[in-house]
Amino acid sequence: MSSFLGFVRKEVLHLLRDRQTLAILLLLPLVQVLIFGFAVRTDVRKIPILMVDPTPDITTLALRDRITASDRFELVGVSASGRDLDPQFRAGSIRQALVLPTDVERRLGRGDSLPVQLLTDGSDPNTGGIMQGYTTAVVERWYTDASPSTGRLRIIMASRLRYNPTLESSHLFVPGLVAFVLTIMSAMMTAISITREKETGTMEMLLVSPIRPTAIVAGKVTPYIVLAFVSVVLVLIAARLVFQVPLRGSLALLLAECGLYIITALALGIVISIKAPTQRTAMIFALAGLMMPTMLLSGFIFPLDSLPEWLRAISYAVPARWFLLVVRGIMIKGAGLATLWQETLVLVGMTLVLLAVGSRKLAIRLG
Amino acid sequence: MTDHVIDARGLTRRFGSFTAVDAITFHVEPGEVFGFLGANGAGKTTAMRMLIGLLVPTSGSATVAGLDIATQAEQVRRRIGYMSQRFSLYEDLTVRENITLYGGIYGVSDRDIVQRTGDILSRIGLEHAGNELVREIPLGWKQQLAFCVALLHRPGVVFLDEPTGGVDPITRRRFWELIYETASTGTSVLVTTHYLDEAEYCNRISIMVNGAMAAMGTPASVRGSLGAATLDEVFLRLTRPAAAV
Repeated sequence: MSSFLGFVRKEVLHLLRDRQTLAILLLLPLVQVLIFGFAVRTDVRKIPILMVDPTPDITTLALRDRITASDRFELVGVSASGRDLDPQFRAGSIRQALVLPTDVERRLGRGDSLPVQLLTDGSDPNTGGIMQGYTTAVVERWYTDASPSTGRLRIIMASRLRYNPTLESSHLFVPGLVAFVLTIMSAMMTAISITREKETGTMEMLLVSPIRPTAIVAGKVTPYIVLAFVSVVLVLIAARLVFQVPLRGSLALLLAECGLYIITALALGIVISIKAPTQRTAMIFALAGLMMPTMLLSGFIFPLDSLPEWLRAISYAVPARWFLLVVRGIMIKGAGLATLWQETLVLVGMTLVLLAVGSRKLAIRLG
Repeated sequence: MTDHVIDARGLTRRFGSFTAVDAITFHVEPGEVFGFLGANGAGKTTAMRMLIGLLVPTSGSATVAGLDIATQAEQVRRRIGYMSQRFSLYEDLTVRENITLYGGIYGVSDRDIVQRTGDILSRIGLEHAGNELVREIPLGWKQQLAFCVALLHRPGVVFLDEPTGGVDPITRRRFWELIYETASTGTSVLVTTHYLDEAEYCNRISIMVNGAMAAMGTPASVRGSLGAATLDEVFLRLTRPAAAV
């Protein structure tokens, strides 16, 4: 058996004997898909809404019907006056209140303006904005239908969302999760497994031996490459079966890009492990230096456009940001390499730089 | 080239302004057991790490197995064995798996690995435990195993960095028997220790104080030159001149 294969075999044995870690590594991605899929939803359903309608008539009844007909809303009640809304908002029994003026029917008939007030609970700004959008759309459609056509020119805007017409949040998080899982598997586990050998003293034995440092590292990362690939495939299957996330582009291209990103992340892990003396430090480096940027600065959870200028500048250095664009492009938009070559090139460049840094530091050995 | 297994000339290592090893010059003969003595921080381990290629000397030169440590580091690695003060086998691999792994790394053929595994296990009386995880066997045995693993590829010289830390005197004695057996086959042994009774087992010793070699020779000659009855006394005089009687 060649010394390299023997070394890979040893790493596989380490992994197999540490059942707990192995189980976590294999189950974590699946659990995350389910948690993100069911819990982190940016689309909102069953908004408790109160209508204030001082003088109900046939027109306002039509609006009421529209609201009750949609499963986005849960009509809590119709009240005659707009007083006492505050306590209800505070108690959370309502999250929106739609306040109509008096004599709606008559105002519309005369062609008067119609002052409608929409109050929304903004304590969660994300869902607040979305709720506002839903309700505004319903009111606008109702207004268009209810006001008599007077022959005046009106603008009727038909807006449609491309690629994700129903705004399924799973379309957003699955690509992000792929990046996240690969970062944990590749970067963190590589960093931990290398620093573990530093801690136990076995790294010293390896460095004294004729095996080359590059062979040590290559041997150590090989099982994690396989494991990372398995995880990504599991995540993609789960996303498909449970949340019907589409794969519109080429599967081969997606897997190839995943392979590229795995190498990027491994290189990051190697650089971390060179800096970190212990497993604990490596873990902290990986969590603070990789996980947080991957979650927050890649567009995974928060849109990059909402970042302040200086933070957005930092995000350009986060590999996951580029990888996310690639995965979203392939999965959701069905894009090919013709459109994604720039992002791919950035990732290739980052990988080469990281590998160069990593191998240069390794060459110094422990001196 | 010399026929010395180790030949160090003015070997020096500084860390910033601190001189850890200060121009040491010594040699080790084939089949010799050479002991590095000294307090913690005296420079024993630093000196050893330069010889095995884990540290680059600031100045001075050395050959190991006739090869220059600065220019022929890769070849040096194939000819030496090393056992660190921290226990250096994989705890979650079995005894056999550890031997196979290191055999592979040092390029020992599969057939030789099988045969030498049997030799090692019977030599240290571990035949029954070949398939046990290393973490399950007692420390004394682990150390003997680590020593044998360091010899797996039949190196010309083996470096032992405080190999007997933390074990009882009987196990330490058994360990030294292994060292003698090895030296008798022509393999040189360079061992660091702070146990003075172990120093008496060495063919020659060198006492390091503040990075320099304060005394060198056979245990008897070192005692004689300072007019001391025991190595304890020698050691005390060299390391704490003011406290000496």
